[in-house]
Amino acid sequence: MSPRIQALLWITQRVTAMVLVPCVAIHLVTFIYAVQSGLSAAEILARTQGNPVWAAFYALFVTAVALHALIGLRGILSEWFRWRGWSLEVFAGLAAIALATYGWRAVWAVYT
Amino acid sequence: MGRLHVKNDWRSRRHPAYLAFLAHRVSGLLLAIFLPVHFWVLARALHGPQGLDDLLRWTEHPVVKLSEVGLVLLLALHFTGGLRLLMLEFLAWRDWQINLLVIAAGTSVAISLVFAFNLL
Repeated sequence: MSPRIQALLWITQRVTAMVLVPCVAIHLVTFIYAVQSGLSAAEILARTQGNPVWAAFYALFVTAVALHALIGLRGILSEWFRWRGWSLEVFAGLAAIALATYGWRAVWAVYT
Repeated sequence: MGRLHVKNDWRSRRHPAYLAFLAHRVSGLLLAIFLPVHFWVLARALHGPQGLDDLLRWTEHPVVKLSEVGLVLLLALHFTGGLRLLMLEFLAWRDWQINLLVIAAGTSVAISLVFAFNLL
């Protein structure tokens, strides 16, 4: 892998981490507050359904987390499991797209 | 040379910063494994609130509740550990930052306890 791509991955990992800091903080506060009365579909959907602000927030959260998770996972697979080469890059790229798509589907499910 | 390298390697692994690295990596890995399950549960709402409620009923089980506290601890560890890394990498060094490791660990435990008390 070229140093330029490695630098791009390093920067993406840090930028997504910076996006995730407020996202995780808001998520933690929201669900710690929400579990007080027990988790229910009605309670979750009352907050998210038809609310474009929550949908946009969670769509951004999912995008950042998919990139962040797969760059991290790629590092672990490469360093601990000695998986190198183009097959790892293809796997990480496809897995990031799959995770993001799956996450956006979940956001859509609680928005509509 | 090889032996020296191995010796240094093991010495560095007894350093608390190595434990922080390991905690950050393992918590990140476990959270990445959990994410598709989390998305799958939420996507059940596509089939109406009943589909989601059927799964949420599982959260009443004590073992699931305990796992949730574990997940929150993992998220809090990764969150505070990540903040520590960002501060070390992007802020000018200040002596108080030597305590970031303890602050991150303590904050993670505190967040998990607050969640556990709210859950019960």
